[in-house]
Amino acid sequence: MSLPRLELVCPAGTPAALEAAVDAGADTVYLGFRDCTNARNFPGLNFSRKELEAAIAYAHPRGSKVYLAINSFPQAGNEGPWRQAVDDAAGLGVDAIIVSDIGVLDYTARRHPDLRRHLSVQASAAHPLALAYYHRNFGITRAVLPRVLTVPQVKEIATEAPVETEVFVYGGMCPMAEGRCALSSYATGRSPNTAGVCSPASHVRYVPEGERVQVRLGDFTINRFESGEPSGYPTLCKGRFKARGHASYLFEDPVSLDARPLIPELAAAGVKALKIEGRQRGRAYIAQVVGALREAVEKAAAGRTPETTSLAALSEGGRGTGGAYRKDWR
Amino acid sequence: MTTLLTLGPLLYHWPAEAWRDFYFRIADEAPVASVCMGEVVCPKRAPFTFPLYEEVIERLQAAGKEVVLSTPALITDHRDLALVKDAVELGAGLVEANDVAALPLLTGKPHVIGPYINVYNESTLARMAADGAVRVTLPAELPAASIGKLAEQDSAAIGMPEIGMPMIEIQVFGRWPLAISARCYHARAYERSKDGCLYACGEDPDGLPVETLDDEPFLVVNGVQTQSASYGCLLNELDLLKACGVRRFRLSPQTIGMIEVARLFRDRLDGRIDREEASVALRQLAGHTALSNGFFHGREGAQFV
Repeated sequence: MSLPRLELVCPAGTPAALEAAVDAGADTVYLGFRDCTNARNFPGLNFSRKELEAAIAYAHPRGSKVYLAINSFPQAGNEGPWRQAVDDAAGLGVDAIIVSDIGVLDYTARRHPDLRRHLSVQASAAHPLALAYYHRNFGITRAVLPRVLTVPQVKEIATEAPVETEVFVYGGMCPMAEGRCALSSYATGRSPNTAGVCSPASHVRYVPEGERVQVRLGDFTINRFESGEPSGYPTLCKGRFKARGHASYLFEDPVSLDARPLIPELAAAGVKALKIEGRQRGRAYIAQVVGALREAVEKAAAGRTPETTSLAALSEGGRGTGGAYRKDWR
Repeated sequence: MTTLLTLGPLLYHWPAEAWRDFYFRIADEAPVASVCMGEVVCPKRAPFTFPLYEEVIERLQAAGKEVVLSTPALITDHRDLALVKDAVELGAGLVEANDVAALPLLTGKPHVIGPYINVYNESTLARMAADGAVRVTLPAELPAASIGKLAEQDSAAIGMPEIGMPMIEIQVFGRWPLAISARCYHARAYERSKDGCLYACGEDPDGLPVETLDDEPFLVVNGVQTQSASYGCLLNELDLLKACGVRRFRLSPQTIGMIEVARLFRDRLDGRIDREEASVALRQLAGHTALSNGFFHGREGAQFV
């Protein structure tokens, strides 16, 4: 049975990564401006206005689209940079913007009604009625769904929602409702919503303890491992903590999402697009991951089941998982 | 300037009788103007307390309290949504939306926005006002500067004279809600599945303590919710909050004496006791639990400045 070929939406943190993604078969590349308006506001990442213009000039003739993420939450008294980002996105001709804040959506719907609006995963809309609210009030045409839904839940939303749906297929996992998590700011004072960063590197310390390494985030120990034990980036929710006297990865094991084998199920569920996480990743990673996902999407479209091959070494802690889609958590 | 206290919804899974008796005592003894009730964390808990709603609402209203019906913080399926519909149908008071999925059921009617909906700026606040929100409790991590800007809108009303801006409410006591998930970490900590949880959350009436590997209190898990281990406390910041136009203050219930906590905040707001005395009294009430106010000061939320 052949299935619809899903749109592959790929990350780019630099112009080089964008070219790599386009060359490796990205239908769409998403990126952000180099400022507080996007939720991956890391040093050395993201695009200036000029670089975005060049990115569009590279992508469009090669048949790829460009989405701009304006998906952090403007702080009270300082909405200007977000409005400027929306105006510039419209002026430069991006194919869609990805937005989470109701105020930014409202502004865009009024000022740039023809600019396509996607709801960011940071809005954590997990029910068809939430999508209906954003669709009716702000004319969104697509929503990126949270990473904690099972395939049946995704199907229910995709069937009932008045908009297209996009789901994460590969990369970092986020076990909490995205955009509504203040764990990072509780420990460091900086969160995705307030600063566009989660568990920022500036607040991470590795403290050697003989054969072991203690991982500190702000004032808290969030992990401790043997030297040589594989470990991913120390995001707070992927730390080891004690509950009921027992130490464990309470919130999330240090694994990455690799839902390639589920692509046929997701396509059958009515999903429109697949998203790869990782705007912070380098060009080589992007090229390899986008290439592998391109192959998986083609296989699924031809009615075959994609396998998880050759990418394990790239994922967090060296292990991939079907994540919540597999329903282990219910 | 009149100031009002709100008791936030009881967020933990207490035995139904204990839940009822808690609200009875609040009705009879606590100097709060508004009382929120309703299941915010997990729809599986709701059937236990729902049969008691009528008598609790009656008791609260007879005591002159405004009743607010709080709804789930994360709406993913029909069970979550059913709680919003129930609250609307009950018609016993304002309904508090905590997820955007509740808004289509409330738009056009006066309602309340809870701390789980992201209201970070003036434009979002204005939109909430246009939809019928009369009161907005701001998210936990907002610093004083943001609170001030948004509370200012409250009195100034920006460009929409026909719509009154919502009152701003700020949580000033109780564990900070830090995260919500479709997964149940409480069940996971008890090595159970979410569907077969056997109400693990009922074992921990003030939340399940989560410590660092160095045995330091850090977080607590309450079903699908993650909170701070520390009790948020803006007792020393009440004057600043008042000065920037905030008139409503929320106390989030914990297992310590909430009547005493409410009296303390009321006394402090009314100037019946000074800062020092109030701090000492609250410290005693909180027992071994740390206090925090870092979010307000734009610092790490866990800090107590």
